Amino acid sequence: MSMSRILGIGTFLLAVFVLVPVIIGLSGRWDFYYTLTSVALLSVAAAGVWLTFYIGRINIGQGAYALMGGYVSAVLMTQYGVSFWLTLPLAGIFCALVSVGIGLPILRLRGVYFAMVTLVLTEVARLTALALPITNGAKGITSIPLPGELSIFGLTIIPDFATLENPKLAFYLMAALLMVLTYLVLWRIVNSRLGHLCRSLQQNEELSASIGVNTAMLRVLAYAISSFFGGLAGAIFVAISQSIYPSSFVVQDSVNFMLYCFLGGLGYVFGPMLGTLLLYFGWDLLSIAREYQLLIYSGALIALMLVLPNGVLSLLDKKEGRK
Amino acid sequence: MTPILQVKGVTKRYGGLTANNDISFDVAPQEILSVIGPNGAGKSTLFKQIAGFVTPTTGEVIYKGTKISGLPPHKVARLGVVRTFQETTIFKSMTVRENVIVSHHLRSKASLLGFFLGTGQAKADEAEFGKSADDIIDFLGLQAIRNETASNLPQGHLRALGMAIGLATHPEIILLDEPFAGMNHDETMRMVAMVRRLRDERGLTVLLVEHDMPAVMKISDRIVCINFGEKIAEGTPAEIQANPRVIEAYLGSEDAAIGM
Repeated sequence: MSMSRILGIGTFLLAVFVLVPVIIGLSGRWDFYYTLTSVALLSVAAAGVWLTFYIGRINIGQGAYALMGGYVSAVLMTQYGVSFWLTLPLAGIFCALVSVGIGLPILRLRGVYFAMVTLVLTEVARLTALALPITNGAKGITSIPLPGELSIFGLTIIPDFATLENPKLAFYLMAALLMVLTYLVLWRIVNSRLGHLCRSLQQNEELSASIGVNTAMLRVLAYAISSFFGGLAGAIFVAISQSIYPSSFVVQDSVNFMLYCFLGGLGYVFGPMLGTLLLYFGWDLLSIAREYQLLIYSGALIALMLVLPNGVLSLLDKKEGRK
Repeated sequence: MTPILQVKGVTKRYGGLTANNDISFDVAPQEILSVIGPNGAGKSTLFKQIAGFVTPTTGEVIYKGTKISGLPPHKVARLGVVRTFQETTIFKSMTVRENVIVSHHLRSKASLLGFFLGTGQAKADEAEFGKSADDIIDFLGLQAIRNETASNLPQGHLRALGMAIGLATHPEIILLDEPFAGMNHDETMRMVAMVRRLRDERGLTVLLVEHDMPAVMKISDRIVCINFGEKIAEGTPAEIQANPRVIEAYLGSEDAAIGM
């Protein structure tokens, strides 16, 4: 690993875990915690969407898995008294398993056809949440407890959030840590053989099959990992908002996840993270423009796509002149 | 000698349309066998049936005593039968070396999880792939463009890269789909020499579909001629050139100047 890369990662971690809390503490803008926590958890879901892009599929259905993951976590906590920390991986695994069942048939589709089916998935998830008894219909699941204590062999690793003076900071640190872990995994995938094979799939599925890649299996695997991240994000959302409704994740959110990837850059692992930050934070900051908020936001979006079709991170390439 | 590949009564029907009908022939180990025939004769369908992209309606393909027709392409490739494509098919946004390395997938001993975690086996695999890729690149004379992005390459290099991708799977039989298409005389002669070297130096069995008759006559040990989906002749280049049914099939077509 090169020196500049270590320096870059170090700076990033320092900014996320030290600088942000310090700046927020000094400026007194506590509401930024909520915004940045949202950015972190949304970028976890966007990381999944990005991975499906990486195998050459346009995924507009991540909202379905975020909703599913949220409900899994909420139901396990409220009805079965499972600790939040355990529901976090369980929600992800549940979504991954469901996505295998859904992915097997629909991943045979390509291009706009796959995109259309995934778009419908979010709506199906919402209607399912409305209809099922276990999800409590339109009333949703509310008064979900804050994350409890996590201890291993009597050693407290994470204290009970209810006893904390500043749960906002705790939520931020939790979401940020999960985001960092997610992107670490994603980065590792992309730079290992798994990622190389995904790239071969994206560029030419037939050739990929003829060099011996089990393309059907690989597509489902990538989609399952993607959905795992979606479920994880949903579960974090439940912990923060302490409630979940069928409308917690809607088609608009699924579209947003895709936009975060587009804007950040489909060719860059950290694209979706930057895209989420810029779009979500940008939207929040634009609230000062009141009735012009949407106009400026969408105008900026169109301009960015025209000027930087390969995403904001493609700016780095031009500067360093490499690919 | 026992044949390495046997095509037995292979037929493909699409609804009422018959792409090929009851085609049978054997391929001996380390043989260069060409399948010829006018456009639309069903040559490419035959290749797809052998490589697992199309399942024959009836009939079967036997490779070393195992039935491979009906298996998906990745399983056929795993057994040692690999196909290169009519269009120059490569992974466009990878470099030449990356193209060849990624195509070593079948040689992996480590699992995908192993590669993710970076285990010792995975590292050993990657090192081996790199070495083997360089070996193949040298063999095909692509050293100078090793680190070029594939989409920037000229046609001739693309064809060689397509072959390198096929070789990376370490096959026993390689199916070349029109390797000489669009090449001038010099390029064709160089490719003919290359195909010979595949057999002579790497011990491969080569099956090719081709339109370029002079090249086919020069390179083939044996030729199978197909017309309207049916096999009409099989034999050495000399036998094929003298066969009245082959001459009739080609008469009046652009390939009439057979054996020139």
